[in-house]
Amino acid sequence: MISLNNMPAGKNGIIKYIDGGYGLIQKLDTLGIRTGKKIEKISKQWMRGPVIIRSGNSELAIGYGIAQKIMVEMN
Amino acid sequence: MKILLVGNPNVGKSVVFNRLTGVDVISSNYAGTSIDFTKGYVTLKGERSELIDVPGTYTLEPTCPAEKVAIEMLREGDIVIQVIDSTNLERNLNLTLQLIRQKKPMIIALNLYDEAQHTGISIDKKKLEHIIGIPCVTTCALSGEGIKELIRKIDDARVSRFIYDDTRRWNEIGKIIDQVQKITPREHTFSEKLRDASVKPFTGIPILLAILLAVFVIIRVIGESLINYLFEPFFQKAWSPIMLRLSEILAGHDILNDLLIGELINGNIDYGQSFGLLTTGLYVPIGAVLPYVFAFYTVLAFLEDSGYLPRVAVMVDNIMHKMGLHGLAIIPMLIGLGCNVPGALAIRILETRKEKFIAATIMSVAVPCMALQAMLFGLLGPFGAKSLGIVFGTLFIVWFITGLLLKRIVKGTSPEIFVEIPPYRIPYFKGVLKKTWMRLKWFTKEAIPFVLLGVLIANILYSLGIMQFIGQITAPVFNHLLGLPEEASGAMIMGFLRKDLAVGMLIPLNMTLKQLIVASVVLSMYFPCVATFAVLVKELGIIDMLKSTVIMVLSALIVGGALNAILSVAFK
Repeated sequence: MISLNNMPAGKNGIIKYIDGGYGLIQKLDTLGIRTGKKIEKISKQWMRGPVIIRSGNSELAIGYGIAQKIMVEMN
Repeated sequence: MKILLVGNPNVGKSVVFNRLTGVDVISSNYAGTSIDFTKGYVTLKGERSELIDVPGTYTLEPTCPAEKVAIEMLREGDIVIQVIDSTNLERNLNLTLQLIRQKKPMIIALNLYDEAQHTGISIDKKKLEHIIGIPCVTTCALSGEGIKELIRKIDDARVSRFIYDDTRRWNEIGKIIDQVQKITPREHTFSEKLRDASVKPFTGIPILLAILLAVFVIIRVIGESLINYLFEPFFQKAWSPIMLRLSEILAGHDILNDLLIGELINGNIDYGQSFGLLTTGLYVPIGAVLPYVFAFYTVLAFLEDSGYLPRVAVMVDNIMHKMGLHGLAIIPMLIGLGCNVPGALAIRILETRKEKFIAATIMSVAVPCMALQAMLFGLLGPFGAKSLGIVFGTLFIVWFITGLLLKRIVKGTSPEIFVEIPPYRIPYFKGVLKKTWMRLKWFTKEAIPFVLLGVLIANILYSLGIMQFIGQITAPVFNHLLGLPEEASGAMIMGFLRKDLAVGMLIPLNMTLKQLIVASVVLSMYFPCVATFAVLVKELGIIDMLKSTVIMVLSALIVGGALNAILSVAFK
């Protein structure tokens, strides 16, 4: 299991765990980011920039600090 | 009767609203375009009903202020129309299930239905209606398809009897999706490849730079062509003779002549210097500024509707972080390059007080609006690109450094970016035109009265000797610190009202290039215009804006003084 930041771009995986409080989990949940969700990492920006993922038919930009708390198991 | 239009952000609620009411509201291809609600009216069977475009929300458990607004409004509605993005059924149904618990009569518009079909998604509308017990209509709001049916079906709105366990909401949604949605897998399309390329650093940064360059070139070409081939000939060949004739008629009525026509320079009208209401007062907003404002908003509308702006936000997120903001804060800055007033309104897409304060301050200090830019092109353009480069380069550095400092000084939190990136859509030409037209109308309504008022006030202040008096008492600051003639204080006073007019007032002072550069930078920095200030007071409160103003004035004096010192050496 690795954090979304450390996952290489272009890989698929499943979210296993979100290392945050109720507020963060709620916030992520509203956009469909939750434990058990399949995602594909598209890219990561330089210098602690956001991570871009695709989940289902939508694309999301997730800030570095949040992405650090999303733990993923790669396929 | 009150009908509410509810849905996730960027599902096309505002477009549906336009279609239903005929009221124009601005819509773009990114989340959060409508943060305020808009009201309109529809006539149903002869009865007038109120229709409210509720700001987009992902959930009824609020996570930000805009969502709180949406939830409070929900209580007052009699009927709810949920607009759904058919390409993202799962996430949209999450809101549907929460809405169901409000026990209000509902109807669902499966919007963007054509786009879903293109991407290989098919939705069994009948089955969905059957499962959740709410009538559904497929729509494509941009082309207007399905809107008539939606209006007809408003009467059929029903309270859903669907019951589910809230702790297992996503499971319930999963079950519904399995029954109603079929996805035909396809090859990656060109659009998807482009989507990926524009958010990967190696390809995304060159794409961003190329687009910014193209935007700049297009705005200049459109703006300059309009001025050279349309507006300038009109004012010189058609308007000047009328004004000269009027001046002859008014001969003898000195006060009226001065006010309407102003001073004749070598027996002719000089739109930069005459300073009458009907000469300079009309020429500055219409002849010099409007063409650029038109060019800017046309290009901006294309960018907004294509869905590129959130990608810009992603690419600049790490830079914005150094200023205590996140990537989305670039959107008010870009809009502010057109006019700071809508830029100030767009600051609402930021969440915390700290972010709003920083964004408002750095925009006011260092983001010149198109009106100011157009006049600066005119003022400094003849001296070559270098002088314009110094002015805009200085403003950019000030923008960044002020942000760096404020991040450390201002208390509060700066949340991280977490935003949906919409697919690219080909801008709908009529939509772009309509949006540009609305903004131009708005610009003319705001700008022309203020410019006319400015000309009037300047005339009065000069004739009463007040301008000269202010020049005398501020002379030490202007002469010694900034190296400017004290007459420049008149332009700075006008700058509170309108920057474009203020730049116009610098023209007759016959200043050196160094003085022009210093004056341009100080004029851009020390205060936004009153219209922007009024909006920011509403958004941030008077106390924060007073603090912000102190920062603006101080930084303008420091930077102006430093620039004067540096350029005195450099230009020797």
